[in-house]
Amino acid sequence: MEGSDQEKVITAIKEKYEDEILHIEAPYNFLTITIKKEKVVEIIHYLYNHLDTKFQFLTTLGGIHFPEVNQIVVMYQLHNLVNNQRIRLKVYLPAENPVIPTITGIFAGANWLERETYDFFGVIFEGHPNLKRILNVDEMIIYPMRKEYPLEDQTREDKNDTMFGR
Amino acid sequence: MNLNESLIDQTIAPEEKQYSYLNLGPTHPATHGIFQNVLKMDGEIIIEAEPTIGYIHRAFEKLAERRPYNQITPLTDRLNYCSAPINNIGWHMTVEKLLGTEIPKRVQYLRVIIMELARITDHLICNAVIGVDTGALTGFVYMFQQRELVYEIYEEICGARLTTNIGRIGGFERDFSPKAWEKVHKFLKEFPVTLKEFENLLKRNRIFMDRTIGVGGITAESALNYSFSGPNLRAAGIDYDVRVAMPYSSYEDFDFIIPVGSNGDVYDRFMVRQEEMWQSLSIIKQAIDKLPDGPYHAIVPEFYLPPKEEVYNNMEALIYHFKIVMGETDVPKGEVYHCVEGGNGELGFYLISDGGRTPFRLQFRRPCFIYYQAYPEMIKGSMLSDAILTMSSMNVIAGELDA
Repeated sequence: MEGSDQEKVITAIKEKYEDEILHIEAPYNFLTITIKKEKVVEIIHYLYNHLDTKFQFLTTLGGIHFPEVNQIVVMYQLHNLVNNQRIRLKVYLPAENPVIPTITGIFAGANWLERETYDFFGVIFEGHPNLKRILNVDEMIIYPMRKEYPLEDQTREDKNDTMFGR
Repeated sequence: MNLNESLIDQTIAPEEKQYSYLNLGPTHPATHGIFQNVLKMDGEIIIEAEPTIGYIHRAFEKLAERRPYNQITPLTDRLNYCSAPINNIGWHMTVEKLLGTEIPKRVQYLRVIIMELARITDHLICNAVIGVDTGALTGFVYMFQQRELVYEIYEEICGARLTTNIGRIGGFERDFSPKAWEKVHKFLKEFPVTLKEFENLLKRNRIFMDRTIGVGGITAESALNYSFSGPNLRAAGIDYDVRVAMPYSSYEDFDFIIPVGSNGDVYDRFMVRQEEMWQSLSIIKQAIDKLPDGPYHAIVPEFYLPPKEEVYNNMEALIYHFKIVMGETDVPKGEVYHCVEGGNGELGFYLISDGGRTPFRLQFRRPCFIYYQAYPEMIKGSMLSDAILTMSSMNVIAGELDA
């Protein structure tokens, strides 16, 4: 996405939701906007309909856990197929109680992606029609993609990888 | 789709009906993978479907957080294992984007050849299986013979067949051998004949058309809303192809068309894949014609194993060799999204690096996972046998679905 197109999108959001924006950056030329969680559905709906943006395709949705600040990020990636523009929205949530409204009302494709994010990060999507685990077993009690759960069972003694820090 | 509404017995009120429940799967020979669908059925008509997935979930995203970058390539093999090289190369390109590596033109063209071969094998299996599910086993056998030829090409290039782990970050571990080129040319000579024969067998076949036209359809709006991508989206009539929208690996150098369908039904998906195979063949031919000379890998010593000769005689080479093998290379901080047109659609890699030797977070955008959620809607109101056909025509690959 060219710089001028990015400006257009930023202007479009700032028109109405200036107060909701926390941070704007463009790593590797990919417009990334961090927003507050209260109006996330409203903003995505606004971007869906606004003539300058028309982000009507949900590319992906996922979580990221930052243990140092004890936050979980929900990342939305939207795409405007007509102008070939992309945008990434990020919402920071506290890791103890990550609750965010669902966007299944706008994108039917968000259904399983939100379930996956719930499954792996424990993010509660309020208003989701069927929020239960999708890839892991239903009996699981942890949210395995969170950083506090190491990959391997730490009680194992048969493996000694101290030499290379594994 | 409520195609067969007329087949439902209307003389009994819906609330008085006794529905039967059928467990289709998890291991059912007709589902080509481990998928469970609990079907609520009225006779042979599906009223509701509840899919369960995750039977071969292997936690790749978690595994990737502990692996050095070059060791993540084998994980990507096992996503869509019908077109593993596309996944491998997509991942390599993601890392190269993060590193800002300049890739030689020859590498890009060789990658295009490999990726298009992979696309052919992917579509070939899907279309052959649609044939099987409609009762035409002959085509399947013919097409699988051709897949073997492609696997022999992979074997010549990287030594592996199904889970290829092809190429390296920066290029290829070795140039294509004369034997490999010979096999590519053999394939280019033999495959169009078989493909044409296969097409003639099914394209205007009355039985095939009756079984597929109007079955398992999805509208363009609905497909977009469900975030469909790849051949399934194009069959619904939307010409979105990552190769054209965001050209990578020099795809802008080649002339090809994006086939689109109109109804998004099984027949359209079949025809779109069929035409894409022809286009892939044309791209491979163009790439071979225009193939520039030059190195077959970029200069990324931190990720590209030095020749053995140098490892024994050169200090730096030995250090790099050790660092690569032990996975001790740090990468710059960054947040990258790179997508390629996989066999099933937009295959994306969302990578966050915190500057360490492993990714901080890696998310795969798996097209299968995203479009399979539309399956219950697509089979609602259709016959059981059509549900099987719909699934195979969507090309649902268990590895990509469950990651």
